[in-house]
Amino acid sequence: MNFDHLRATYFEESAELLESAYSHLAALAEGRADGDTVHALFRAIHSIKGGGGAFGFDRLVALAHVMETLLDLLRDGALAFDDGLIGLLLRGADMLADLLAAERSGEALADGIEAELAGAFARAAGLDTSRVVPVAVAAPGSEAVQGWQIRFRPHPALFRNANEPLLLVRELRRLGAVEVRADLSALPALDRLEPEDAYITWSFGLTTSAPRAKVEEVFEFVVDDCALEIEPRVSAEVAKPLMAAEAAVQPEAAGAPAQLAGRAEASAAQSVRVDVVKVDRLVNLVGELVINQAMLVQLGGQLPPDLCPGLIGGLETLSQHLRELQEGVMAIRTQPVRSVFARMPRLVRELSAQLGKEVRLVITGEATEIDKTVVEQLADPLTHLLRNALDHGVEPPEVREAAGKPRQGTVHLSAEQRSGRIVIELSDDGRGIDRARVLARARERGLIAPDAVLSDAETDELIFLPSFSTAAVVSAVSGRGVGMDVVRRNIQALGGRITVESRFGAGSRFLLSLPLTLAVLDGLVVSVGAEAFILPISAIVESLRPPASDILALPGRGAVLSIRGGYVPLLPLHERLGIPDAVTDASRAIVVIVETDNAGRLGLVVDDLVGQQQVVVKSLEANYGPIDGIGGATILGDGRVALILDIPGLATSARPAPPPRPAAEPALALH
Amino acid sequence: MAKYVLTVDDSRTMREMVAFTLRKAGYQVREAEDGQKAIEVLKAGPADVIITDLNMPVMDGVTLIRTLRADPKHRSVPILMLTTESDAGKKAEGKSAGATGWLVKPFDPDKLIDVVKRVSP
Repeated sequence: MNFDHLRATYFEESAELLESAYSHLAALAEGRADGDTVHALFRAIHSIKGGGGAFGFDRLVALAHVMETLLDLLRDGALAFDDGLIGLLLRGADMLADLLAAERSGEALADGIEAELAGAFARAAGLDTSRVVPVAVAAPGSEAVQGWQIRFRPHPALFRNANEPLLLVRELRRLGAVEVRADLSALPALDRLEPEDAYITWSFGLTTSAPRAKVEEVFEFVVDDCALEIEPRVSAEVAKPLMAAEAAVQPEAAGAPAQLAGRAEASAAQSVRVDVVKVDRLVNLVGELVINQAMLVQLGGQLPPDLCPGLIGGLETLSQHLRELQEGVMAIRTQPVRSVFARMPRLVRELSAQLGKEVRLVITGEATEIDKTVVEQLADPLTHLLRNALDHGVEPPEVREAAGKPRQGTVHLSAEQRSGRIVIELSDDGRGIDRARVLARARERGLIAPDAVLSDAETDELIFLPSFSTAAVVSAVSGRGVGMDVVRRNIQALGGRITVESRFGAGSRFLLSLPLTLAVLDGLVVSVGAEAFILPISAIVESLRPPASDILALPGRGAVLSIRGGYVPLLPLHERLGIPDAVTDASRAIVVIVETDNAGRLGLVVDDLVGQQQVVVKSLEANYGPIDGIGGATILGDGRVALILDIPGLATSARPAPPPRPAAEPALALH
Repeated sequence: MAKYVLTVDDSRTMREMVAFTLRKAGYQVREAEDGQKAIEVLKAGPADVIITDLNMPVMDGVTLIRTLRADPKHRSVPILMLTTESDAGKKAEGKSAGATGWLVKPFDPDKLIDVVKRVSP
């Protein structure tokens, strides 16, 4: 462990503390606070300050200090919480987050940007801000003395605090030679002696060049529990010691105590911090075991049952334990979505202020756990959706009032686990998707045919197309393009899906369905020639065996499948991947229609569907480097290696490059 | 044999800083995140020095000090309070509960080692 490690710990802990501070503030704002909330809030800010001071983060410490002063008054009931104070504390927490981020990245924030806020805290706490209290620095006078004569008369209770005159002698000896006199006159008779009381008054003659402050420091902890006189020694007159200090004091152990090695240090903490790499290795090993077990089960099934009657039962028990082990190991990697949800209230506060809107954010299910990697990568798409909800969804207060809605809009962000997946929902009660405008826009951009008739759901889907934007005004918040295609791509990269439901005038609801983990994938095993491939289930829309009449060949551009009035381009996998002996006639093969974010729907032509199963994802990149169209590999129950297809990668290579846009049209800002 | 110091603080950063500093100086250090946990840890054996924060959830530092002083096993263990300047009132309370001394956060590592040495038996 080194200093950087300590810093990292501090930043990590501070982030957690801030998160807890936000949730305590939310509890206070919503009247859910209990007696401990304000104490916990105080402690969070206090700990941030304490650590910050150790690293010399002075600006952070100064702000945390005034926040703490205010919280102290609130804690003692000298002040009562109101919306103004909660708002102020939220802004304070935001500023602490910024200051922390700045310290972490080493990029200093503009000077004094926290000053106004600090002033607001000081005023709220009733401090006189005009008077700056100087920090008293005790300048020890360099008194030229030969030493000090000290008289130390402890109060009887000295020992109750585990203070000990002999230790004081030991300390004084570090400053110079000490002569010690013990005055036993106050010692009572044995029958009246309280064994735990201090009776002896001590005189120390200290020969040293050390200043008074050094001597006072020795008595720092006992100064309130004794009568202490420290006088400079003017003459070299030496009192005859009654007792030599050496005799009274145990010799100090030479140097620092020896480094203790090999003795296990029992940690009192209830949790352990483990390197993610170690966890990943475990996840991987369990993955291997799962594959191994699948192979064993398959082999076991080939044996005549009477040959080894216990085998099948044993294998079943093994499967069961293995599944539990797998779940247990996966659970180590999971993390509550709280860490990403916690950033959203601030976003809403800042955006609604910027946009002049009144918005309430309601968060539920923040304890829902999901793979750490997924949590980390959720931040961008969620931020994006939330920005859109505030910018395009929720109307300005006057508009809402005119529409008979409450002035304050409500955005609801929730997470829950639903049948092995995590569903995150973001809904608002804003204006919803204006389908007429979406259609007009899509026609204008040539995204759909002028005479196309789309269902409501299909219309809503259009917003996920690249370079689609209906924002009437280019806004600073969302930029020009809504960038929903990027959101969809991000979500799909996590093995998830995003859908939207909307009612014009009443609001929109985005549903994100995500896998619990990235290490295991729900796959559809398909065969092409003698090979097996895995398609991620999350990308599959449907599969069918089309009649020959629905397959239309386009000269030079392959074939398309006519389905329900639309056309889906076909991609024969045997062609794309160069596999011999496959079914080449699409009308005798199976078409699996997949959803891609970059190229709409695509019909993959495969020989057959083998089955659906969970597969353990093995990275190919580590050994071979990235391969276009291949997302990884897995090992099937029969020991065969099967490649996992990367649908977006396949789609890119399958389609000719889109025609260049007319020069007059500016590139859209996707973000 | 290395002296055993128990550091009690709800801030992981603070605990690790204390532990880091003292381990480098050759002490054996254990950590506890509140008073209650400290008492649990001390069941395994008494510490040579205890350094405790005052403001902690579950069981605060003053209660911890009072509890330990009432227990013959920990009656004479030096207990240092790790406080901030804003804890002045609490510090007096800790003192009367039986604390041996105190250190101010943020602490100077040398001062920490120095004070631990000063109060160690």
